[in-house]
Amino acid sequence: MIKLFENIGRYFMLLRKVFSRPEKKSIYARRVSFEIEALGFNSISLTAIISAFIGAVVALQMAITLESPFIPKFMIGYATREVMVLEFSSTVVALILAGKVGSNIASEIGTMRITEQIDALEIMGVNSASYLILPKIIATIIFFPILTLFSIVVGIVGGFVIAYCTGMMLTGDYVEGLFYCFEPFSVTYALVKGAVFAFIITSISAYCGYYAKGNSLEVGRASTLAVVASSVTIMIFDLILTQIMRV
Amino acid sequence: MIRADHISKTFEGRTVLDDISVEFDTGKTNLIIGRSGSGKTVLLKSLVGLHDVDSGKIFYDNVCYTDLGFKERKMIRKDIGMIFQGGALLDSSTVRENVRLPLDLFTDMTEGEKRDRVNFCLERVRLVGADHLYPSELSGGMVKRVAIARAIVLNPRYLFCDEPNSGLDPQTSVVIDNLIQEITKEFNITTIINTHDMNSVMEIGEKIVYIHEGHKWWEGSNNDILQSDNPELNDFVFASAMAKRAKSVAK
Repeated sequence: MIKLFENIGRYFMLLRKVFSRPEKKSIYARRVSFEIEALGFNSISLTAIISAFIGAVVALQMAITLESPFIPKFMIGYATREVMVLEFSSTVVALILAGKVGSNIASEIGTMRITEQIDALEIMGVNSASYLILPKIIATIIFFPILTLFSIVVGIVGGFVIAYCTGMMLTGDYVEGLFYCFEPFSVTYALVKGAVFAFIITSISAYCGYYAKGNSLEVGRASTLAVVASSVTIMIFDLILTQIMRV
Repeated sequence: MIRADHISKTFEGRTVLDDISVEFDTGKTNLIIGRSGSGKTVLLKSLVGLHDVDSGKIFYDNVCYTDLGFKERKMIRKDIGMIFQGGALLDSSTVRENVRLPLDLFTDMTEGEKRDRVNFCLERVRLVGADHLYPSELSGGMVKRVAIARAIVLNPRYLFCDEPNSGLDPQTSVVIDNLIQEITKEFNITTIINTHDMNSVMEIGEKIVYIHEGHKWWEGSNNDILQSDNPELNDFVFASAMAKRAKSVAK
């Protein structure tokens, strides 16, 4: 328990260092665009594949579960949209990205720590925490909501394709369901969650890597810890945000 | 000049540096030698500020470094160049980007000035034509030379080298040693080298500090070492039978 509080304290101290004034903004801007490509663009294909299949599976499951003459067919489209917008595209995609992006960040920064690259930056007079972590946080906060939106669209399209291919329902019914009782705020809610989860994944993973010490085994451990800690924190914040924002 | 005044450092109750006082001269290659685990790397990292000492003071040209705040230390750090054991080059950057980074962050030079300065430093370490390569594509000697180029790009007043010859063949080691010594003289830098390479000790050791079990055990030059009767120092420096015979011949 003491160790947990020690880690939380150290995490916030690191964040203070991360958000101190950058040395040169132009260098940071260049690094942000590099990180958007490395952490964001490189996650598009994974997000697309998973979202398309989940959208299709949700639509299929709904079609099987709601097979009753008393339930209108458009409910399949409605349910698919709600699942994608409210939980899957923000929370589940965040959990998947915690595995991909989180372990990537922790192992990259952890390797830099054990090979003294971070010490080298410090000796140069560079605020290593800010230089390495801040661009990653900004890049993911910008890009993860875009990924969330992308995931919603791809998931819904996945459901549409499965509806069309299997003939289990009319595509017109599916589209009607997509617009049924649509609350635009639910998309805002998904985007906010995307941004918050981006911050959680990036900062926690960077923290695990930044304080890695020892050898490559420790980098592996830091990477695993980053995924576990980010995932648990995402679930906690999912609960908190749902309660606060109540769609 | 860099001076350590009665510095001590412990890690989890284990004393690693015990009341060390030593002065490193400007324009000289100062060597810290000692067995593995003797505390020489901790001494070097304490001098440079990567470890905070438990007691004692460190002075950079009469400015007390240990009493300075974060911002003031940052100003001194811009005058420091350091060559790490493994080079510590940024893996995701090319040779040119690695050398250029301090210029990007701390100067207002134009693109042309930066390019010229990077070219000068790469030429100075005799590394022309490799500026587009990544660290993973370089040999051990090339990595060290890039690290030297990066360390001198801002014209430092103090140069720290942590085992610059580790992992290098004897010939490349001599090249690196000579390069460090040339740069020290050329720019009148205070250079401190942490090593257990005996060739370096004999070739460039203008001032040598021997650390033994966290204490400063002996101090002198490469000429003095041959005459020393200090048993621990002799055991360390002349560890092999051949070295012992060489010493007796030299005496």
